[in-house]
Amino acid sequence: MIPELGNFALILAALVALILGTLPLLGAHQNRMAWVAVARPATSALALLVTFSFACLAHAFVNNDFSVVYVAQHSNSLLPLEYRVAAVWGGHEGSLLLWMLMLTWWAFAVRMLSSQLPENMVARVLGTIGLVAFGFLLFILITSNPFDRLLPGAAEGRDLNPLLQDFGLIIHPPLLYMGYVGFSVAFAFAIAALLSGQLDAAWARWSRPWTTAAWCFLTLGIAMGSWWAYYELGWGGWWFWDPVENASFMPWLIGTALVHSLAVTEKRGSFKNWTVLLAISAFSLSLLGTFLVRSGVLTSVHAFATDPRRGIFILIFLVAVIGSSLALFAWRAPKVGLGGRFALISRESMLLTNNVLLVVACATVLLGTLYPLLIDALALGKISVGPPYFNAVFVPVMTPLLFLMGIGPFANWKQASIPEILRTVRWAFVAAIIVAIAVPLIYGNWSALTALGILLAAWIVFAGAINFVGRVQSTRAGQSFLSAALKQPRSFFGMHVAHLGIAVFVIGVTMVSSFQDEKDVKMAPGESVDVAGYHFTFNGVKAVEGPNYVAAQGDFDLSVNGKFMLKMTPEKRNYHSSQMPMTEAAIDAGFLRDVYVSLGEPIDRDKPEAEWAVRVYYKPFVDWIWGGCLLMACGGLLAMLDRRYRIKSRATSAINTQAGTQQA
Amino acid sequence: MKSRHKKLALIGGALAILGIIAALVLNALNSNIALYISPTDVAAGKAPQGKVFRIGGLVKDGSIKRQADGVTIAFIVTDTEKDITVNYKGILPDLFKEGKGAVAQGKMTADGTFTANEVLAKHDENYMPPEAAKALNDAGNRAADKKAADAPSAPAKPGASY
Repeated sequence: MIPELGNFALILAALVALILGTLPLLGAHQNRMAWVAVARPATSALALLVTFSFACLAHAFVNNDFSVVYVAQHSNSLLPLEYRVAAVWGGHEGSLLLWMLMLTWWAFAVRMLSSQLPENMVARVLGTIGLVAFGFLLFILITSNPFDRLLPGAAEGRDLNPLLQDFGLIIHPPLLYMGYVGFSVAFAFAIAALLSGQLDAAWARWSRPWTTAAWCFLTLGIAMGSWWAYYELGWGGWWFWDPVENASFMPWLIGTALVHSLAVTEKRGSFKNWTVLLAISAFSLSLLGTFLVRSGVLTSVHAFATDPRRGIFILIFLVAVIGSSLALFAWRAPKVGLGGRFALISRESMLLTNNVLLVVACATVLLGTLYPLLIDALALGKISVGPPYFNAVFVPVMTPLLFLMGIGPFANWKQASIPEILRTVRWAFVAAIIVAIAVPLIYGNWSALTALGILLAAWIVFAGAINFVGRVQSTRAGQSFLSAALKQPRSFFGMHVAHLGIAVFVIGVTMVSSFQDEKDVKMAPGESVDVAGYHFTFNGVKAVEGPNYVAAQGDFDLSVNGKFMLKMTPEKRNYHSSQMPMTEAAIDAGFLRDVYVSLGEPIDRDKPEAEWAVRVYYKPFVDWIWGGCLLMACGGLLAMLDRRYRIKSRATSAINTQAGTQQA
Repeated sequence: MKSRHKKLALIGGALAILGIIAALVLNALNSNIALYISPTDVAAGKAPQGKVFRIGGLVKDGSIKRQADGVTIAFIVTDTEKDITVNYKGILPDLFKEGKGAVAQGKMTADGTFTANEVLAKHDENYMPPEAAKALNDAGNRAADKKAADAPSAPAKPGASY
């Protein structure tokens, strides 16, 4: 009964989405306020219906209702409760419903927080989201209905893929989808601006915090996925350039460009067309990511069993969304003014360079991701493009970008002077060079690439510090340094924290790729192995029992310089229902290094108490990678909470009146 | 005058950067693509020498052998027609099993075996790497074609009763 209610709510939601996607848009076009007024209540109704539907599916999972196909395929009565809840998005159908849920929540948030916006604008934004929601709801109802029944019901479920039975499943997909789907708001604002022809600084100011919010979620979501892969897959890697990872990384790159170009549009009124194009691209890439992951055209840890109908539906949807928004752009963009002029050397030109580099980086990732599909589609053979391609292309594109990050904040709007900036930052550069030479030498293995990474990170930190101190000093006017610092706008703090996050991230990546150490060895009980000064002694394995698996648990003593530090207990699990083996690594995480042990397989399958193939790792600074991402997200949060977004500032209303008189 | 110079400098700079990036991408793409080649094609000598490529198929039953060091492994990948011996040093993925699909990436060695630096297996019970699936399909189709081609010319077995 309850699954039918969920299904019914989903159908109703599709109808409401259709109303939301038509009436308010038409109303805004023809100035019919009664139709415009539909937007807010329809958005609330949509959010309520989809949330109810989602709750129905969750109810089916919690109560082990195996008469629902999707539940029977992805759950099991032995599955612990928290994973039964998370299993709602553990497969194709449910993850789409989660996507939908996030979309309606974003729309609801816009509805609640948009009291200062003109009603016509709100109607257009919510209407655009309504159209997207309608397309996705149709997709769910036609090709991927999670409420389909299984008659007669199964006695027991097939269980959730053991790879997914982890804390990561509980938070990675929701965070990632919040980010993916959050770009729909920036997209809707862009479409609304194109429809109304009102592309001004006020528009940029409205869409900025929303874009930054989505960007923060996406940053956290990607970082969480990377961390999960690191500890769960047992390969000790944190990024594989897997197509699905790329699918989430591309919107991030464009989103990062968008966050920066919105700054120019807000402050100087320039880059309007470009900003709109980026907003459209970011969301299009989110959709493309969904298509790549869900259509099964890719080989990946994320690819579930496939159904060609789904791929075609998403492809059509993708073409419709991208095609119509680009057509709208081509029609409307020429009417948008160019905005303020700027010199060759200025804050604007540096942000433009930032944008170009980020877009190029995204294009190279896109090429590497789609190239094998293209070659396959043209029947030229099957190929794979591996991490070496991405590394070879990415480092040269990112190097100038990271270098610019140090200088950019010093540049004035409109016109800046390079000699002046260089005079201000020269000591930062000298200090960065010293650090770049010293650090690799201390770690005992100097290489140009290592030095480059450290140089860029140190440069960002030192130049950022000079910029921060300089700005505080110039606004001090007799106060103490601390109180002047605290009076700086939050967006200024946000920028520096996010940039610091990049530096921390770069240090992590550089150190771990330069100085990590790994060994694959055969170990009998009593034997030991040394990696980077860490001494591992294997004491054998014992059988342990989990809620829905049995495991061979290894027992390792970790010691340094003959001093015992701790016990490490990696596991090799075997899940009852699927008979799938799973490696659970043991990790001792630290500020400056991780030490990582995972069990391979018994050398002789019949003698699991004897020798095992074992993998041990030493990973310096690896946690800085995710720490850097966390800092970036914190920076975004600070920027989002800047006061000027919350108070109805005079500037906004002034710009509105100005725009009004211009039109009149 | 001055603004025209500025424009020219901008356009020239942009073109130069684009050129460098394009060269970079093409070069990287050219040297880092791994072609997928089926065991049958490898046996027919169609594998590139000294270049990384991928092979896929089923891991032959009973073919996994471990060297004395415990982490060097040899196994046979088959598309049911031809077998290729694969050598690999390291820990195999969890779902690597005899009789199941796998993909290996590496190079051919002088003795006609394949040395893998990476072994991929499926991550789900129902999942088969597409390259492995294709190799099996193609081999299956060839077998069917061969049967069809052979059938008319095959002499009727003596004593066959109809």
